[in-house]
Amino acid sequence: MEKTAININKPRGLHQYQWEIFLVVLFLTVNVVNSFLSPYYLTLDTFVSTPMNFLDKAFLVLPMTMIIILGNIDVSVGSIVALTSVLMAVSYNAGLPMPLAMVLALLVSTTCGFINGFLQIKFRELSATIITLSTMTVFRGIAYVILEDRSAGKFPSWFSFLAWGYIGKIPFILIVFVLMAIVFAVLLHTTRFGRMIYAVGSNRTACEYSGIRTERIILGVSMLAGFMAGFTSLFLTSRMGSTRPNVALNYELDAIAMTVLGGISTNGGKGRITGPLISIFLIGFLNYGLGLRNVSAQVILIILGILLILSVLVQNFTDRQTPISPKKASAPTHRSDAGDGSDIHENSAQGG
Amino acid sequence: MQLQVRMNADSATGGGANGRLQSSGNQPGGRSVGLIGKLSRNSEAFRELGLLIFIVVLAAIFQIRNPKFLSISNIKDLLANTAILSILAVGMMMVIITRGIDLSIGSTMALSGMITSLTVSANPGISPFLSLVQGMAIGLVAGLVIGVLVAYFKILPIIATLGLMNILRGMTYLISKGKWVSAYQMSAGFKNLSTGTTLGISNLILFAVIIYILYAYFINQTKTGRYIYAVGSSPETAELIGIKRKRIVLLVYALMGLLAGLAGVLWVSKYASAQGDTAVGYEMNVIAAVVLGGVSVAGGRGKVSGILLGSILFGILANALPLINISPFWQQFIQGLVILAAIISNVLLQRRNDKLALKKRAI
Amino acid sequence: MADYILELRHISKFFPGVQALKDVHFQLKPSEIHAIMGENGAGKSTLIKIVTGVYHPDEGEILFNGQPIHFRSPLDAQRLGIAAVYQHVACFPDLSVLENIFLGHESFDSVTRKIHWRELRKKAEALLQSLDADFSPSATMGSLSIAQQQIVEIAKALSVDAKILIMDEPTAPLSRRECEDLYRITEGLRDKGVSIIFISHRIEDMYRLAERVTVLRDGHYIATWDVPGLEQARLVQGMVGREITQYFPSRRVAIGEEIFRVEGLSRTGFFKDISFSVRRGEIVALTGLVGAGRTEICESLYGISPRNAGRFFLEGREIAIHAPADALAYGIGYLPEDRMKQGLVLDWDLIRNITLASLKNFSRKGFMQPSQEKDIALRLTDNLKVKTTHIYAKASTLSGGNQQKLIVAKLLTSKLKLIILDEPTKGVDVGAKTEIYRIMNRLAEEGYGIIMISSEMPEVMGMSDRIVVIREGRKSAEFETSNATQEAILEASMTAHGRELHAIAG
Repeated sequence: MEKTAININKPRGLHQYQWEIFLVVLFLTVNVVNSFLSPYYLTLDTFVSTPMNFLDKAFLVLPMTMIIILGNIDVSVGSIVALTSVLMAVSYNAGLPMPLAMVLALLVSTTCGFINGFLQIKFRELSATIITLSTMTVFRGIAYVILEDRSAGKFPSWFSFLAWGYIGKIPFILIVFVLMAIVFAVLLHTTRFGRMIYAVGSNRTACEYSGIRTERIILGVSMLAGFMAGFTSLFLTSRMGSTRPNVALNYELDAIAMTVLGGISTNGGKGRITGPLISIFLIGFLNYGLGLRNVSAQVILIILGILLILSVLVQNFTDRQTPISPKKASAPTHRSDAGDGSDIHENSAQGG
Repeated sequence: MQLQVRMNADSATGGGANGRLQSSGNQPGGRSVGLIGKLSRNSEAFRELGLLIFIVVLAAIFQIRNPKFLSISNIKDLLANTAILSILAVGMMMVIITRGIDLSIGSTMALSGMITSLTVSANPGISPFLSLVQGMAIGLVAGLVIGVLVAYFKILPIIATLGLMNILRGMTYLISKGKWVSAYQMSAGFKNLSTGTTLGISNLILFAVIIYILYAYFINQTKTGRYIYAVGSSPETAELIGIKRKRIVLLVYALMGLLAGLAGVLWVSKYASAQGDTAVGYEMNVIAAVVLGGVSVAGGRGKVSGILLGSILFGILANALPLINISPFWQQFIQGLVILAAIISNVLLQRRNDKLALKKRAI
Repeated sequence: MADYILELRHISKFFPGVQALKDVHFQLKPSEIHAIMGENGAGKSTLIKIVTGVYHPDEGEILFNGQPIHFRSPLDAQRLGIAAVYQHVACFPDLSVLENIFLGHESFDSVTRKIHWRELRKKAEALLQSLDADFSPSATMGSLSIAQQQIVEIAKALSVDAKILIMDEPTAPLSRRECEDLYRITEGLRDKGVSIIFISHRIEDMYRLAERVTVLRDGHYIATWDVPGLEQARLVQGMVGREITQYFPSRRVAIGEEIFRVEGLSRTGFFKDISFSVRRGEIVALTGLVGAGRTEICESLYGISPRNAGRFFLEGREIAIHAPADALAYGIGYLPEDRMKQGLVLDWDLIRNITLASLKNFSRKGFMQPSQEKDIALRLTDNLKVKTTHIYAKASTLSGGNQQKLIVAKLLTSKLKLIILDEPTKGVDVGAKTEIYRIMNRLAEEGYGIIMISSEMPEVMGMSDRIVVIREGRKSAEFETSNATQEAILEASMTAHGRELHAIAG
């Protein structure tokens, strides 16, 4: 008599991907508008090479997605980019071979990430916001101490290949980014590490009672963020050919905006990496299109700020909506055997 | 729906309370409480005394390195330079007490400074007093927008103010069309706002003193002032006893905006130049001064005397570093370290208190 | 003047999917202490929230002094003089006692908005004095003990001239001495004309204080009795609705050798010198008053909170536990007290919740194996009879009892030897309780050692083989359940063997 049939089919359906579909539609709209603005726009070459303009900061979006899923915020990534870029240039100019300087950059950036993570797990009373806010100042401060208001550069000519090179007809940076995006997607969605990120972001206390070493996850993600900031600094420095302490200003804002626009909730625990991946290209092509119309960088700044706030607004709104009909995803297909309504209990607070 | 919202609020605050002082949370018996109370009060006094001693020692070192440091003119200079910082610290203290943060104030200052100085350059006859009102109105609007986003639309303060930081900065560039407003475009009266003196005291210092007197009265004595602490100490209890939490949060950001608007006018008047990148990153100085002054980033705690000391210490650092030949490029680095040291020492002090409290509980 | 200062008639309250209250009556006379009793989930909290204006009843009416009233918000109730003191004191830890008493209804100058500090301070001093408080109004709230904070809460209620004072489980976190003080204060208030609604799990509170008692069960009104002359059996029957003995299924198990032993476990400020052992197939109950330190002991043992001293032995070998991961690796599992916050990821489906504690077992080279996860989830939910319609349903859609089973399922994915259950039936309805007891019996029969933390006397007596009593952070007694009596356990948890071990300062 206890044999109430349990439905074991995974709920599927396009409505799960509403946000991504919305982003794709936006993306297509942006491109249609762009193609009206510039007759040369709709060639495959333009389309493939445009990403060279914005992909350097996109590397920050990948770990930022993890950080926000963890329920944290990291505003120090831009400063890490600046610091490692400056260090790389200075150490190269001091005689270190370029490949070693690049390795050094990645090492330093990962160390910066480690410091962020270490402070977070040693001082749990402090929010990630305030910690990264102070390390943001420290990291960029070091960059200023090193280079003051000078610039450094004169890199070997092959170094520019990172940002400007093509393999066949495809930009090198696009290839690297796609590979990295695949790595992060796999990491986040199919591995134990990824599962634990979602778990910690959803309920850290329950994770600790379940024997998950949450501090390692936080430290790991912070170091990954540092490492990717190093990656960004490589491509950014290559694109600019020289560096100053004030490079990558506001990159954290770009990264956070793209992530949040991609549907990653700032409450933690929710969202897929596909969203931010689309929004990288959405914002990138939008900026490019605005550039075609000679819209100034300042307007782009405003648009980015508005996009950031709007996407959080929309998400807060939908977040509040979901608990009312949590089973929307499965209800239509399985109503027949649901029957007893045990799923209505939702948040009835269990008396007490 | 209502139930849902309540539950959300509960769970959100549940997390917040964890990191906070709840040492007495599971206390089985109530013993030796007077002692703990005295201790935790002492530790606040202790921290302020420490800050004061640190300031004196620092001043002594600077004085030895450069005898000009403690000259009357330099002290005047120092105080005038600290005035704007300390005015902003007032607003930031309220924001942080309610567990928030405001990264947009540098941009608010730039916008308010730019618009008022453009107005002055177009109408040189305008009263400086009107410029002040104009700047404060601009700041107030910016603050209200942030306040509404944070209080009523539940956007994290860091996200909302990060967004506004860029929007306001972008607007500043747009309005100025990328140009500067320079000294010769400003009326003497306008420049006099910051650089002039009244009864031999710099106007800037007078502004700061007036604001501090008003603020100390407001935050310590009035009903609304105490409600700000209440909301930061325990948002859910605040709502339980009928405090309109959202209104308080809105008020706090609005006041922050108002003060940032005022500070923007004073800044532009002081440096006799309004630029697109006025006060970039200045929010970090203000946050540093405030946490250095012992305002807890967990909310609910902070004193006026604390932020005053924090601002002065910060002013001394900014003033003295060039005097003893440390490159100004060290400033940001030192500032970051100071914030880090301040928040970490706050935590360590708190932990020590909690530990002592536990030890007192004989089992 | 009406006979009753407060009267509730035919009150019903629905929440989505559940009826929290059904046709409930309640009558409060002027200056009486009226107890409301009932098990967890009986509807006491909902009733209180209706009286304080937090919830609006869906049906029925509320009369105040004979006049029908309608609360639009908690403030309306406050204005009528209805105040509440909760077990978990809702306070501002960073503000002064004075502010905690008066904030929200402080008197202030309408022009300058300045609070009348001097006047309020005088009032506060008088109030605290009348309550025999030993702290000053300027003390910081967060530095007070729970008992002292409750006194502040009572002072707060009195400061608005409360006519009706609701005390919701005020004695739960208090020591015996503090309880006595609270009784005295409560009676003093009654003598001054305040009507008091007293909610407690502790029957002795009721007998000590109340003149009348109203019993609720599963949201239904059962009866209102005069307390003097009321037989405890009748009261208990009213609350549980059936004979207690029926609850506990019997088990047949041969208790084996010792699995786990802890020696000299101490943590400053929480507990000291705790030693006990668990044998294979044995259920050891850890009991005592709420707040005695039972949960803290088990959390130290599980590695989630620190300890200052103590040694653990698993099957005779000493082991080191620094984190829950260590404990799990040795085969020690923990079912936490707060299943919503500590046990489950409410937003997640059943499968992911079940495998959360043993992700390693369901991943290969770091990659998750969803089909294996699904298999184990299906097996365990079937095995433990978790009632759900969908294996991909969110954990939040399950009822309390089924959520608890889900956490047991999660524990069973690891290879365990010892299982710690912290209040496993708290907030679970009666039918599900029996099922959880059955599961516990099965686990014992399968050879697990079980530590069960429980505050419910019948559960302790009915389920355990051995009983360890904790009183104020120390082990005060250990019984074989067959030799134990309820009275002996109660005495061990509430009194210190005839002498006070230490003076209570402060």
